[in-house]
Amino acid sequence: MAILRAAIQMLLFPGLVYAVSASFFMLWLQRKINARLQGRIGPPFYQPFFDFVKLLGKQPIGRPMLQGFVMTALPVAAVAAMLGAVALLPVLPSGAEFPGDLVLLVALIEVGPLLAVLGGFVSRSMWGELGAAREAVMTAVYNLPFLTALIALGWTSDLSISKLATTATWPVRFLALAAILLCLPAKLHLNPFSISSAEQEIYAGVTTEYDGPRLALWELAHGLEWVALAGLFAVLSVPLPGVADVWRILVFLAISVLVVVLLSVAAASTARLKLAQTARWFWLWGLLLAGSALGLTLAGI
Amino acid sequence: MSMLKSLMNTARRRSPWLFHANAGSCNGCDIELVTCLTPRYDVEQLGIRLEASPRHADIIVVSGPVTRTTCEALETVYGQVPNPKVVVALGSCPATCNVFAGSPTVVGPLDRILPVDVYVPGCPPRPDAIIAGIAEAAAILAGDKPRPVHNSSQTSGEGGR
Repeated sequence: MAILRAAIQMLLFPGLVYAVSASFFMLWLQRKINARLQGRIGPPFYQPFFDFVKLLGKQPIGRPMLQGFVMTALPVAAVAAMLGAVALLPVLPSGAEFPGDLVLLVALIEVGPLLAVLGGFVSRSMWGELGAAREAVMTAVYNLPFLTALIALGWTSDLSISKLATTATWPVRFLALAAILLCLPAKLHLNPFSISSAEQEIYAGVTTEYDGPRLALWELAHGLEWVALAGLFAVLSVPLPGVADVWRILVFLAISVLVVVLLSVAAASTARLKLAQTARWFWLWGLLLAGSALGLTLAGI
Repeated sequence: MSMLKSLMNTARRRSPWLFHANAGSCNGCDIELVTCLTPRYDVEQLGIRLEASPRHADIIVVSGPVTRTTCEALETVYGQVPNPKVVVALGSCPATCNVFAGSPTVVGPLDRILPVDVYVPGCPPRPDAIIAGIAEAAAILAGDKPRPVHNSSQTSGEGGR
């Protein structure tokens, strides 16, 4: 029974099937909200799916063998890591939780930006390298408050996601979630922190040299990153001990979509900041929120 | 197999991504192209996106009479776009060199350098005409319309440069 539940969690929900369809939905929702707030009608519902299929059907440009291999392997690994991260989210109790799975989840989520940095440098394009360098600095900037907030949440519960969702106290949870919400736009390359992917400014940043199927995989990895991060926020925000599975799923979906709407509105109504301004913002306000959450945890409140 | 093929054709019809190359244009056509992205015309409804990198594009939109300095860059960009791809000549300049015909610095019209599939005439063309031209290019990508016959002296464009 436990194996069956684990298999369902890996393949159906919140794993493969849900993750891929939700990633297309979230990419569409973000573009649609952006368009509506600009007074446009925006893309049709199936747009990200058709973009993905079209890119798969493009004929990649010939490259030296090793470079072609690495440029294919990096986005494949990014997709795999993000799928793993989504599948780890404890939406339903599966009995397969273990102490420390928060560390594995964070590691999988962090693999994405790391591979993007590598991908930008191996593409040997000036714009790819510029995007990669910016992404590398950005990870140092936003991860300080992000990881501090997660440590504050997990301090009393063996760093286990399902346990910390029920044990964290409300003051700590509120401050830590505010800090995490602050970091999400930077992790998803959204305005005002869209520094590493700065469209048109540094061409397409990291993905400038990626074409056809390789670009399709990066787009999918980005969509899965949306699902993973919105899902992580949803799992951490509302404790649901002893609630029926249907309600757990509904609350999870509702909060995920709410996070996407919130981030999209914030992105559509702001302009891009500079790297130094972003660093100041995260290391002051982000760290203030996350640090006070950690302080409250250590004080036992 | 035929279902996959029709899915691919639908995807190509509904998601044409543009790369805009300015080959010595006066900026008139360029402004009209960007007008297509505004709320009044909103080409994102048709899945059209203006991409910054030629690697991501399906359609190369060229404006301008092709000057000597932009000729080589144009060939490079054409090689950088992965197949299948379509070239759209935007405005009168790439079609006929317009008022720049006979200038020693102009090597156009465009069909001497690249195989042009769709012409959008006008100086500058209206955004409606540009959208119609891009829709025609997307139809060529999806196989709904045959590609026009080109002469063999143009760049074949296989592989990156």
